[in-house]
Amino acid sequence: MWWKAILFLLMAWVIAAAFILPAPQQGIGEASRIFYFHVPQAWVAAVAFVVSMIASIRYLRKGDLLDDDRARAAAELGFLFCVLATITGSIFAKVTWQSFWNWDPRETSIFILLLIYGAYFALRSAVDGAEKKARLAAVYSIFAFVTVPFLMFIMPRVLPSLHPSDSVVGSSGEFAMSASTAAVFFPSLIAFTVLFFWIYSIGVRIYRSQRKRMEEQES
Amino acid sequence: MKRGSTVLPTSSSGLATKSLAVLRKDILSEFRTRYAINAILLFGVTTLTVVSFSVGQLGLPADVYAALFWIIIFFSAMSGLAQVFVKEEESRTAIVLRLTSDPTAIYLGKLVFNFLLLALLELVITPLFFVLTDARMANVGLFLIVLLVGSLGLAGASTLIAAIISKASIKGALFAVLSFPILLPLLIGAIAGTRKALGVTESPFSAAAPELQLLISYAVVMITASLLLFEFVWEE
Repeated sequence: MWWKAILFLLMAWVIAAAFILPAPQQGIGEASRIFYFHVPQAWVAAVAFVVSMIASIRYLRKGDLLDDDRARAAAELGFLFCVLATITGSIFAKVTWQSFWNWDPRETSIFILLLIYGAYFALRSAVDGAEKKARLAAVYSIFAFVTVPFLMFIMPRVLPSLHPSDSVVGSSGEFAMSASTAAVFFPSLIAFTVLFFWIYSIGVRIYRSQRKRMEEQES
Repeated sequence: MKRGSTVLPTSSSGLATKSLAVLRKDILSEFRTRYAINAILLFGVTTLTVVSFSVGQLGLPADVYAALFWIIIFFSAMSGLAQVFVKEEESRTAIVLRLTSDPTAIYLGKLVFNFLLLALLELVITPLFFVLTDARMANVGLFLIVLLVGSLGLAGASTLIAAIISKASIKGALFAVLSFPILLPLLIGAIAGTRKALGVTESPFSAAAPELQLLISYAVVMITASLLLFEFVWEE
């Protein structure tokens, strides 16, 4: 499996270079190195949310339980990465703003994402019957996704933010990242995304075989 | 199961007529048991009493009163709005309703019912809130608009979630758990808008424009999404 070897090399490069190369934001200092891990984790949490929603839409259109396995696997991984992004972000907040949590709009939106995932699993465990569970979970997943634009684009207009944004995109919207930062950040983004899809495919296979075994036992 | 004297119209009549028929059936059956009205009003008054006892006379800033007001509304709503679908499943009348009307009409009827229930709650809670606490109104018009649009969004989103949880085995706790993350953008906007209605005296409407845009777009988006998704929840 050639891509697993490449993933290994990319991850090794990211972990080493994140500590060796200069810190991405001189203003914040050494603590800003967490950027190389925090942002890809938050990105994967968002990708997982989108994958789960697309699988949910496919389930409602086609009624294939495999799509429900996909939605569930993506949601579980998304929850894991969401927790990781919350913890790394909280550590960063403690170092730079002297408090672990202060309801910055970004903190609010990642917290809501955590709550949505939690509610999704609570709903799944409260419904009996595979198809009913799949259908209700799919509806909730899509309904929750509809609120994302409010959290991402509208709430920052209502609430002020301290979250650093100038390390990737400047205040006037232009791309502002030094070459050495980009050399770590983009491999990290790619490595985390590939890692997500790898674990995701394993998760889908596990749920599919579990479901097959249940169906065989019933028949 | 006695379903009352209301005759639901045949499928040839328009959407508005069917929705109104569902609404009328719900209002009639609600006045027979008064379960949702009692739950929501008593919960609201109890919470308001606790708020008034603990912090009502402290002369707190408008920000605090705006947040307390919406906390009362939100948790009262969570205690009663699910009933509209839960009662159909518990009394096993959902099957008959499914046969006699189409999903869109049922959703709209239940949405209007929940909106009216919220309006009744606010009609009782709002005057009491200003009597029992030190909160002062700076602009009545803005306050009422925020309340109206906020309630519409609240009813729109929670009606679909009520339909989802009515199919689950644990109903009570799940409603608040599923609703809270969905309703949080609305609550943030409504609290910020109410804060301006209580505190800002000069041109409050232009000051509250972002909040009003948030609340209106939230209500429109959530009701549209609910109309599209309701069919999948409702049909077995």
